Parts: sequence; structure tokens; C-alpha cells
Amino acid sequence: MATGKPPAGGAEKRNQEGKSGQEGKPTREKRGVPSGLWLRCGGCGATVFRKEVEQRLSTCPDCDFHMYLSAAGRIAAVLDDGTFEEWDGNLSPTDPLEFEDKKKYRERLIAEQKRTGLRDAVMSGSGMIRARRVAFGVTDSAFIMGSMGSVVGERLTRLVERATEQKLPLIIVSGSGGGARMHEGIFSLMQMAKVSAALARYSEAGGLFISVLTNPTMGGVAASFASLGNVIFAEPKALIGFAGPRTIKATIRIELPEGFQTSEFLLEHGYIDRIVRRAELKSEIARVIDYCGWS
Amino acid sequence: MSTTALSLPFEKRITEIEDTIRKLEVLEPRTGDVRDQIRAQRKVLNETVKSIYSGLDPWETVRVARHPDRPQLTDYIDLVFDEFVELHGDKFFGDDRAMRTGFAKLDGMKLMLVGHQKGKTTKERTECFFGCAHPEGYRKAMEKMKLAAKYGLPIVTMIDTPGAYPGIGAEERGQAQVIAESMMAMSRLPVPIICVVIGEGGSGGALGIGVGDRVAVLEYAYYSVISPEGCAGILWKSHDFAPQAAGALKITSKHLHDMGIVDDVVEEPLGAAHRDPYQMAGRLKMYLLKTLRELEQIPTDELLSQRYEKYRQMGRYLEESEASNSTSENS
Ligand SMILES: [Zn+2]
Repeated sequence: MATGKPPAGGAEKRNQEGKSGQEGKPTREKRGVPSGLWLRCGGCGATVFRKEVEQRLSTCPDCDFHMYLSAAGRIAAVLDDGTFEEWDGNLSPTDPLEFEDKKKYRERLIAEQKRTGLRDAVMSGSGMIRARRVAFGVTDSAFIMGSMGSVVGERLTRLVERATEQKLPLIIVSGSGGGARMHEGIFSLMQMAKVSAALARYSEAGGLFISVLTNPTMGGVAASFASLGNVIFAEPKALIGFAGPRTIKATIRIELPEGFQTSEFLLEHGYIDRIVRRAELKSEIARVIDYCGWS
Repeated sequence: MSTTALSLPFEKRITEIEDTIRKLEVLEPRTGDVRDQIRAQRKVLNETVKSIYSGLDPWETVRVARHPDRPQLTDYIDLVFDEFVELHGDKFFGDDRAMRTGFAKLDGMKLMLVGHQKGKTTKERTECFFGCAHPEGYRKAMEKMKLAAKYGLPIVTMIDTPGAYPGIGAEERGQAQVIAESMMAMSRLPVPIICVVIGEGGSGGALGIGVGDRVAVLEYAYYSVISPEGCAGILWKSHDFAPQAAGALKITSKHLHDMGIVDDVVEEPLGAAHRDPYQMAGRLKMYLLKTLRELEQIPTDELLSQRYEKYRQMGRYLEESEASNSTSENS
């Protein structure tokens, strides 16, 4: 049990051991950057030593830019070592609309599953944070942009319901570029209502929901569970908002202000409680649970 | 029937027949022969409208749902309700004209009416941002719905929006947060809630006032996770594929009903609501009265747990059972 370890450094060390596939974002290789030993920082553009990045929970050693971190990496970074027990891992996506754009959704799903090793864009279960049991969910933005299809909505709803029954603090780390999963159409939209309704009951029962926003948290994810935390944290410089910057630009036809829709912008406008660096996330969560959590 | 209807491309044949009838009607003297011709043309018109509207594809349905002459919230306020007492502000920032809220009476039944307004004139459309509400609109809706719940008034919402407004101010004032809070609040309000999509059911902007005990769509309204144009832009890389996206997204009333997303479809008059707003309003009124009476019989605890279950069941996924190693599909 990792209870006695120092907050930040301990989390970092544990993460190295528990890591899986958390090198940069496994989507596409950045042009001109040799893969393997080095990767390019999306924040400052510097070419940095991969190993060092991993040791820092996928943050840049030069500019502290918070890079993509997989669901497995999140679990390792936030929960006590080896305490995670997955819930509802037997749920898989289906293709309710028989959706086809340039590619069949069914084929897209198989390709995404192969590439990420996940069944869908979510992991959920229970685990310990500093020896206190919590319900923990995370969306992985590498799987179809971390969009909320039926599996994401269902697993998060079950997570909230179990947290309510078992009186557990609830932590959900969101990362979703698109919000909704277009390929599941209206079923995807309705997940917003489903999860929000479950959170309403959880909140009435006295639950503590800590929502952690990471880069990016947009659209239907931002406009549902991610914004409903009793306490809301965001990682530095994450893109967070309802409408995508491109949509806004196309609508209003003016340049968007510098820093628009970043964590810092949200903090300034009063929509989040704290900006928390990844290295301090675990200890910050533990502290809020100390103040407010069921015990 | 509007004679100035801006016609949609697939309505061209209808407009032509209407023009012919109009010319015949002003002929002097009106001989028996002219009367016969008018009668014959009216018959042709009816059959043409029927045949065109029975075969609309999903993209054409979207065009009908957006028809500039389609009745809007304010039309239904006039035609369906005995009285409307508008309540304006969100008590925080402003009075969003894209969202109208107020007390209303339906055959003497008191209720809270909440709905999007797109605007009828150019000036009104600009004021209403074409039906795209800002956070203050959703905040206003939420406040008035909570007011209704406090005093035991049932709630009727009418949804007609391309989507919540995408803009700098909207983001600064918490568009995402206010839509999330509104859905969460609606899931627990201890009064009956009926939501009707009367035109466009655009994504989160629609769902923000769309959580209720009964959700209905008018026959030619649509309800979608994203606009067909938006979806086409992302997945097909061009807005020109909007018709394909409209089909793929399954957004018509029939699809929504078959998939169990909406409880009811309110049938529209021959040739859609814009051809006969009065008849449309009559049908909507009947639907609301019948449904409100039904919901009023349900005890509050039961109503809330039914509402929860309604959304709880939405979603389709595969669930492998560990014991039998079988896979069942949830629907
Ligand atoms: Zn950097």
C-alpha cells in the first residue's frame, strides 16, 4: 500500500511501474520526430527524451506542458498501487445506427480497439486513494476522441450508481475532444441526460464528486458530467469548452482571444475551483476527500 | 394556408399548382367550366402534396423543420394557450430572446411554458440569434422551471433550436455548465414535464430543456446529436454531404420513435405544419391536454422514478455475461 509515500514524487514513481502505452498520444506520429527515444512536446515544440517525459507523468521537462495520458496511466497516477478493480469491463460498443461515413463505424471500432487496447473510451471501477476507497472513472481521449457513446455513458452511469449505493467519493477524469459520438447519433446525446440524472441522485444522497478536466474536454462531455462536480479541477492549459474553437470562429468571424477556452480562462471566469498540476493531482484529490468525503 | 410560402425545392410542383388555382380563382366571370377546373386542380394539389410529403427523405425533412414559415413558439402561444404571462430575466445576466418562459393556461390548466424562439422577421431573428440560446437563456429556463416546481405547476417545453449559441460570451458565461445543470435539475423537478420538439432539436441546446416525463416530436421535426452539416463537415470533410449525414444519423420522427428515444410523434397536417398552422396547433393542444391529464395521475415519487428509468434505459451496447459467456444486446 502506498499510503506512506510522499504525495507528488510517490505518484510519479508508481506511474512508471504501472504504465502502459502512455508514450505521447498514440494517434499519429509528429512529422520529422524520430519515434522511440524522443518525442516532440505539443506545448513548446522541443524534442524531449521520452523516458524523462514518462517519469514526469507525460509532462514536458522544458515547459511543463501536460501531454496525453492514457486511461491506464491515469489509474496508475491517481490510485494507490494495484488497488484498481475494474467494473463493467464486459461492456462493448455496438453499432445501433449501422452508421457509415467514409468508413463503417463497426470497422472504425475494431481499428480503435486494436490501436488503443481499450474496448471503448472509458475505464471505470473502484480503487484506493491514500487507502480510502473511491469510485473512479476516466475517459481516454485516444479512443474516437474520447467521445461519449453508449458504453461511456453506461459505464459512467453505473459508476455513479455504485458510488451512491456504496457511499463512495466519486472521481471522474475527463478527456474528450468531441464530446458526443456522432456515429451513435441520438443515443450518444441521451447519455448526457442519463449520466446527469444519476449524478443528481448521487448529489442528493450527499455524495462528493470531484471532476477533473484534462486536455481536451469539450462538447457533450463538458456539457454534462464534467461540469457537474462538487469540486472541479483542471490540468493547466487544457482546452475546455462547449463549442469547438473552429465552430465559434466560423460563426462569429473574428479572431478568438489569446488563451480562450483554456483552464486559466475558466478559472478567471469562475467555472473551476483549482488548476492542479498532474504531479499534485492525487494529493489534491485526497485533501478534498479529507474535507468533504463520506467516511 | 400561406400564399407567400417560401417554397422548398421539392415543393416546386406544389407551388405551380397553387399558382394555377390562384389564377383561376380571379377569372371573371366564374363559369361552370372554371369552377370545374378549380375543383380538378385542388384535387391534383392534394394528391401532389400527399405524394411528396409521404416520401420525404431525411434531409428534406430537415428542410421542412427549418422552413421559414413553420409555426414557432410564439405561434403556438397564440394558437394553443388561453393566456401567456411572460417572465423575462435570468436574474443574473440578461433576458435571452432565444428562450421564452412564462405562465400559461391550457384550457384553464395552469402551467409553466418554456421554449426556444427563432424569430419571424429579420429583426426578431437577429435578436433571437436564430433560436440559439446563450447561457442566460438556459439559466432563465432553469430558474422558471424551479419556480414552477415550487408552486406545483407542470412544465411544458417546446424545443426549436439549431443548437446552443457558439460564441465568446457564451463560453465566458458557462454554456457547458448551464446546460449540464439544467439537465440535472430537470431530472429531479417534482412536477410533470412534457417536452415537444416542434422544429429543430439541435444537440445539447435542445436537451438543455429536453429532460422530461414525456418527450414528443412533431412529425417533420428532427432531433440530432449534431447538425447534418456539422457531421458532414467532420466525417465527410465537406458540408456538401449533409444529406448523407442526415440519413446516417437517423434523426426523423419515425426513427426516433422506433429507437425508443421519443415517446410520441404528433402528426402534422397534410403538407406539414407550415401549410396549416391552425390544424397543427389544434393537434398539439390535444396532445398536451391528454398527456398532462395522464401525468397528473401519477404520484410524484413514481413520476420521478419513471423519469429516471426512461433515461436510464437509453443506449445500446453489448454485455458479455461472464457465467454463460454469452453476449446480449441492450436496447
Ligand atoms: Zn514543452
